[in-house]
Amino acid sequence: MSVDRRQFLADTTKLLLLTGAASRAWAFVEQGRPQDAPGYDVHRHWWAMFIDIEKCIGCGLCVDACKVENDVPPEAHYSRTWVERYHVPDRDPLDPLAEPQPRVDSPDGGRHGFPEIYPPGTGGKSFFVPKLCNHCAHSPCVQVCPVGATFESPDGVVLVDKDYCVGCRYCVQACPYGCRYIDPRTQTVDKCTLCYHRITRGLTTACCEVCPTGARQFGDLKNPRDPIHDLLRAHKVQVLKPQMATGSKVYYAGLDAAVR
Amino acid sequence: MHTLPAVEGFMYPNEMELQWSVLIVLYPFLTGLVAGAFILASLQRVFKVQAVAPTYRLSLLTALAFLLVAPLPLQLHLGHPERSFEMFLTPHRSSAMAMFGFVYLWYLLAVLVIEIWLEYRPYLVGRARATTGATRLFYRALTLGSENLSPRSLEIDDRVGRFVTVIGIPSAFLLHGYVGFIFGSVKANPWWSTPLMPIVFLFSAIVSGIAAVLLIYLFYTWAKRIPLDMPCLDTMAKYLYYAFLVDFALELLDLVHRVYEADESFHTLDFMVKTRLYGSQLVGQIFLGTLVPLGMLALTQLVALSERARKGLYAGAAALTLVGIFLMRWNVVIGGQLFSKSFLGYTTYKMEFATREGLLPAILVMLLPLAVLWALVRLLPPMAATPPETEAR
Amino acid sequence: MRELLRDAEHLIRLGLLFAAGLLVFLVVRAQLVPAGFGELGHFRAGAIGANQEREPRFAGRAACAECHGEPAESLAAGGHAAISCESCHGALAAHAAEPAEIPGFAATARALCVQCHAMNRARPAGHPQVEPVSHAEGAACTDCHDAHAPGL
Repeated sequence: MSVDRRQFLADTTKLLLLTGAASRAWAFVEQGRPQDAPGYDVHRHWWAMFIDIEKCIGCGLCVDACKVENDVPPEAHYSRTWVERYHVPDRDPLDPLAEPQPRVDSPDGGRHGFPEIYPPGTGGKSFFVPKLCNHCAHSPCVQVCPVGATFESPDGVVLVDKDYCVGCRYCVQACPYGCRYIDPRTQTVDKCTLCYHRITRGLTTACCEVCPTGARQFGDLKNPRDPIHDLLRAHKVQVLKPQMATGSKVYYAGLDAAVR
Repeated sequence: MHTLPAVEGFMYPNEMELQWSVLIVLYPFLTGLVAGAFILASLQRVFKVQAVAPTYRLSLLTALAFLLVAPLPLQLHLGHPERSFEMFLTPHRSSAMAMFGFVYLWYLLAVLVIEIWLEYRPYLVGRARATTGATRLFYRALTLGSENLSPRSLEIDDRVGRFVTVIGIPSAFLLHGYVGFIFGSVKANPWWSTPLMPIVFLFSAIVSGIAAVLLIYLFYTWAKRIPLDMPCLDTMAKYLYYAFLVDFALELLDLVHRVYEADESFHTLDFMVKTRLYGSQLVGQIFLGTLVPLGMLALTQLVALSERARKGLYAGAAALTLVGIFLMRWNVVIGGQLFSKSFLGYTTYKMEFATREGLLPAILVMLLPLAVLWALVRLLPPMAATPPETEAR
Repeated sequence: MRELLRDAEHLIRLGLLFAAGLLVFLVVRAQLVPAGFGELGHFRAGAIGANQEREPRFAGRAACAECHGEPAESLAAGGHAAISCESCHGALAAHAAEPAEIPGFAATARALCVQCHAMNRARPAGHPQVEPVSHAEGAACTDCHDAHAPGL
């Protein structure tokens, strides 16, 4: 038995005694994939998401997968993620000063796709914009929570402590992106957790798992070998409402000025 | 199952339902009355405006009655009221709301209760001496077992009382300015996010407090057949008028600033005010609730009128003022949730009736402080003859 | 001095009452602050673990390939290589855990293909799209296309 292996087993045993997370990790060890296992260290990750608007086809699989994976109430007004369709009409050459007003829709949060309502000849441009919690590094929602029931985890994920939330809804008011709702079953606030139960097991988020075009990419900014660095390098990216200075970690490529 | 509100344009999905209901409208309204009534009381105590002395005790009791009820709408609104004590366990220092519990307790215990206790101590001692049995026990407990009414002790009380009032004024400012800050500091919401919000809240609080005490004083003297002190009423109306002018000027400043800057939210908010808030803001708050009472008060300041006419105008103006200030709270709280943060659409607020956050509990919450005040007035009569020892004061 | 103390006795009693109240508050507070609060920030450290508890519903591509090697290979070789099994077959972590008890789901419905491939102007221009009603009317998509390796 090599020193490394013996050391590894000793470490693993220690972790097993110490944390519940490590007991889950044991499954990986048994499967012969110990490299994926040694516990989950919140201090070694900094999760982010990359969304390529040019790739989104508005199929809504991500919205549906999120509802299923996270047991989100079925109604659209309880949405952890949703897809918006923007339609920006053409500029009127006779009135170039008039800024074209975008039209936006999101039927059932985009969960079942988008029926075509802008047939050829309508003019203008249309595109889809997937939305989710931006997992801000300077979250307004965390700032206003009076009791510390919502917080930025050390790995950059904004989470909710459902057993501690008083249900005052101040965070819902403070979120500039409309990403929070009150779960009618628990009367506490709920939001995207970036599929925390998945990513801490080495899986990707449900929305990224099912996205057929790779429009959604999930990555670890603390891991220098994570492909997200290449994506951020290869594209000009923007965050939603940059004037809010929330430190958003959902980066959009191909974001139009009309999007809010 | 309830139906979703009518949406015009586009809202983010989670925005369709309003989060803060009519109960959250009542909360700043009630705390505003507290702060205003207290500041009216301190006019006499600190600023030596002797004309309003007859309302000193009534103002304090009014402030206490409304303060005791102020947390109730919040508790009714919380998803988990049984967890609200967490704000005292682990208050988040970066949260404006977390400080509410502390500001509230400070104001209640360190200011109002002490000031009222010192003011009523001679009365409490007198009752403890004059009664027997359970009543005596009750009043004796309120005296904390000390029946010392020596001139020296009363002088100490007077000094401490004045000190508490001096602390009380900034505390009252804090209590309500901070309520304004809860809204004014939400950068995501352009309807709320303005540094003027705390100061507008503060002045509207003073206005509403004076108006409320004026009405309560009119009612109290009428109900008790006590002669009304007209110079007192005139003085209150004068202060109401000036405070209201400052309040209105501040609100106009906010308006002018918004129109002139015309930032990205302007068209959305402008449209909202002219449509969904037309009745409650333009007609209700600004015309009926501000311009009309200001006009009535201005009339009493400019023209010599009979006592009867003045009384009528004061009562009318004060009642309209309260309606106006209530609508101001309404337009802030509800108005701030009617438009989408995408600036692309609007929703509607449909008030329910007999639900936890409906109209019925709102009405009860609004009436409760009056019941509390009635009980307080019976317990601590504001116009009771002071015992001979305190005549000198 | 003693006289002063006597004349301020009621205030001292009040002060003591307040001090007692404050003490009770501090003691009760120390008892009630939840364990682990503040360890990693202004929250219950245990809340991080609570957010990890839920069991995944989507097993992930790797889990599918463990049993379904052949279709996984054909998928990896074709035009749908980037797509996860569960994009079309649905969330099947339960099936992956107990393959014998819980059946999988064959994805053949036309509606499924149309969800991504119906003509829609908001879709990127290069994305293959068809007129959902008139395109091979009445036929199942899989009559002509292999969903794992589309193309004719």
